Amino acid sequence: MTSTDMPVDNGVNVEALLGAREALTGAPAGAQFQWRATCEWVNGTHSHSTVESFFGLGEEQTHRTEFEYDADHPEIFASEDNGATPVEFVLVGLASCLTAGIASVAQNRSIQLRSVKATLTGAMDIQGILGIDPEVRNGFNDIKVHYDIDADASQEDIEALVAQSQKRSAVYDIVTNPTNVVVEVN
Amino acid sequence: MAARGAGGSRPVDGPINVPVTVVVIGGGHAGLAMSRSLSRRSIDHVVLERGSVANSWKTERWDSLRLLTPNWQTRLPGLAYDGDDPDGFMSVAEVVEFVERYAMIVEAPVETGTTVTSVRAVAGSGNGTGERDGYEVVTDRGTWRCRAVVLANGACNVASVPVFAEAVPGNIATVTPDAYRNPDQLPDGGVLVVGASATGLQLAEELRRSGRPVTISVGEHVRLPRSYRDRDIFWWMDAAGILDERHDEVDDVVRARNVPSPQLVGTPERRDLDLNALRAIGVEVRGRMGTIRDGVALFSGGLRNQCALADLKMNRLLNTIDEWALENGHGRDGAELRPDRTEVQDGPLSLDLRSGEIDTIVWATGFRSDRSWLDVPVLDHKGRIRHDGGVVVESPGLYLIGTTFLRRRKSSFIHGAGDDAEELGDHLAGYLAGTGTAPAGTAATSTRA
Repeated sequence: MTSTDMPVDNGVNVEALLGAREALTGAPAGAQFQWRATCEWVNGTHSHSTVESFFGLGEEQTHRTEFEYDADHPEIFASEDNGATPVEFVLVGLASCLTAGIASVAQNRSIQLRSVKATLTGAMDIQGILGIDPEVRNGFNDIKVHYDIDADASQEDIEALVAQSQKRSAVYDIVTNPTNVVVEVN
Repeated sequence: MAARGAGGSRPVDGPINVPVTVVVIGGGHAGLAMSRSLSRRSIDHVVLERGSVANSWKTERWDSLRLLTPNWQTRLPGLAYDGDDPDGFMSVAEVVEFVERYAMIVEAPVETGTTVTSVRAVAGSGNGTGERDGYEVVTDRGTWRCRAVVLANGACNVASVPVFAEAVPGNIATVTPDAYRNPDQLPDGGVLVVGASATGLQLAEELRRSGRPVTISVGEHVRLPRSYRDRDIFWWMDAAGILDERHDEVDDVVRARNVPSPQLVGTPERRDLDLNALRAIGVEVRGRMGTIRDGVALFSGGLRNQCALADLKMNRLLNTIDEWALENGHGRDGAELRPDRTEVQDGPLSLDLRSGEIDTIVWATGFRSDRSWLDVPVLDHKGRIRHDGGVVVESPGLYLIGTTFLRRRKSSFIHGAGDDAEELGDHLAGYLAGTGTAPAGTAATSTRA
C-alpha cells in the first residue's frame, strides 16, 4: 500500500451496487432485465445499429442518449470498411464487460487502480464462414485476453481481481456458454 | 409392529395427538446431538427417524466412501474417537457404527420407522387451558403435538440434477450419487461425470480405475490439498479457527452455504485428489455442462477461470494458515510447498451423447434437503428455509440443524453438530421458558423478534 489515508476511488459506486443486490435479493422480479438493439441494413455489408431503451427494475428504462454503431467488413473482403466487423464488436463487448468488472471488484476490495489495459485477440479460420470446410466452425477458435494492470495490490490480488471479474461477467458467460437464439421473420 | 426406541411418548397407530415438548426430525448425527442437548436441559422430546439410526449412511452411500475428515476430528459431545487410527478416515460402516453408538450413549428417544408426512403450525387454545402455540407433526405412525420442532433430516436427501437432464438421450444410463454403489453397477463403456465436488472427483477416479474412459465436467469447485506442512489440512483449519468461523462473521453466508464440498478423499496414503491427479490417470476434463442440444452435451469455455479461481482461493487459505502458523510458533517450514497450479488443456466443447462414446452419466451435481412435508411458510423462492444460524425467526419454535454452514464453517461436518446443538439448545430452552430472548452468548439473541 502506498497510502493508508487516501480513500480508494475507481469511480465505482459500490454502495449503490451492493444496495441494489440486497434489494433485488428480496424482489427477484425486479432483477428481470431485457436488453435491446436495433439494426438497419445500409448498403453492402454496412449496417447501422442503435441502442436506447431497455427494461429493468420492473419498468421501461432509457439510456441517457441513443448510442449508434456502424458495422461493416474490411476492404480485403471487397467491402467499404465503414465500421468494425461484428466479431470485433464481440471482442469489444467482452473486453468492456471484464474491464467494468475489474473496476467494480477493485473498488469493493479497496484496491486503487491506476491503469487497466486489455488487449484481445480472437482467432478464426474463415474457411468456416466461407463454406469451404464444413468441419470448421464459423466463430472464434479461441479468444485471448491480456490485461496490463497497474494497481496498489499484490500480483496475487490482481490475479484474483481478474478471475473474479470473469466469474461475474455477463459477456464472458455469453461467450463461453451456449445460449438459445431464436431468429424470427415478420 | 415397527421397531421402537426408548421413547417415552408412543402413539398407537392412527391419528391421535400425542403431546411432547420437542420433536426432532431425523436420527442422524445432528438429530442425536440435538437430542443430547435437549436431554441435558431436561426438555422432553422424541426423535423421529424414517428408517433406523444413520439411515442415509446405511442406504444412500457408495461402497468405497470414507469421511473427508480424519478420525480424531469425528467426535460429538460425549463421544470422541477412541480407535487406534486417529489419522485415518472412517468408512461408511464405521460411520454407521459411530452414529449408532452415539444414539446408545446419549439414550436418544428415537422412534424408528416413522416417516413424517406433514409439519404445520397450530395455534394454542387461548382459553386459559394452558395449550400453547406449537406444531403438529404428522407421521405414518401417528401425530405428535409439540411446542418446538428441530429439522435434522439431513442436507443430502434429494440428489439435484440439472434441468437439461431430461434431454439425455435414451441410450444413456444415468445415476445419482445416492444410488451409486460401485463400478460393477454401470455399463462397461464411457462415463461422463458432471460435477467437481469431492463426490464428482471420487467417482470419476473410481470409474477411471475400473478401466472405463471418463470425462468430468467441472464448474465452480473448491480445491484443497489433503496434507499441508506435514499435517492434515483439517488439522490446520481446526487449529487456526477457520472451521469455527461463524455464520454472522462471513461476508456472504448465502454464498458460503452453497459452496460445494472440497476436492478431497480420505485414503490411508493421504493422497491428493484434484484435477491434476485425474488428468494424470487419463480423465478428460471439460468445463461446466451448459446444456444438451440435439443429443450433444455442450460445455463452457470458462474452465480455465474456474480452475484459476479455485487455485487462488486454495492459496489464500494456505496463506491464512501460514500466518497463523508463524504467529503460533510453527515457523515457516514447508510454507513454500504449494500444490502445483491446475493444468488446463483445451478440449472439445461438445460431446455427442448419441455416438456411443458415453454409456453413463453420473450427476454429481449436489443435493438438497427434502422439505416437501414442511407446511410452514418459511421457504425462500429457491425452496430453502430462511433461518438465522438454525433459528427459523419467522416461525418461533422451529429450528434447523445439520446443514452446510448453519452456524459455523464446520456445521456440515459431523463434529460441527456439537456446538450448533448446544447453542440451539440454549435458544430453544429460552423460547420454551417464554423469556423472549435467548440466553447470553448465542448470536441469535439479537435476531429474535
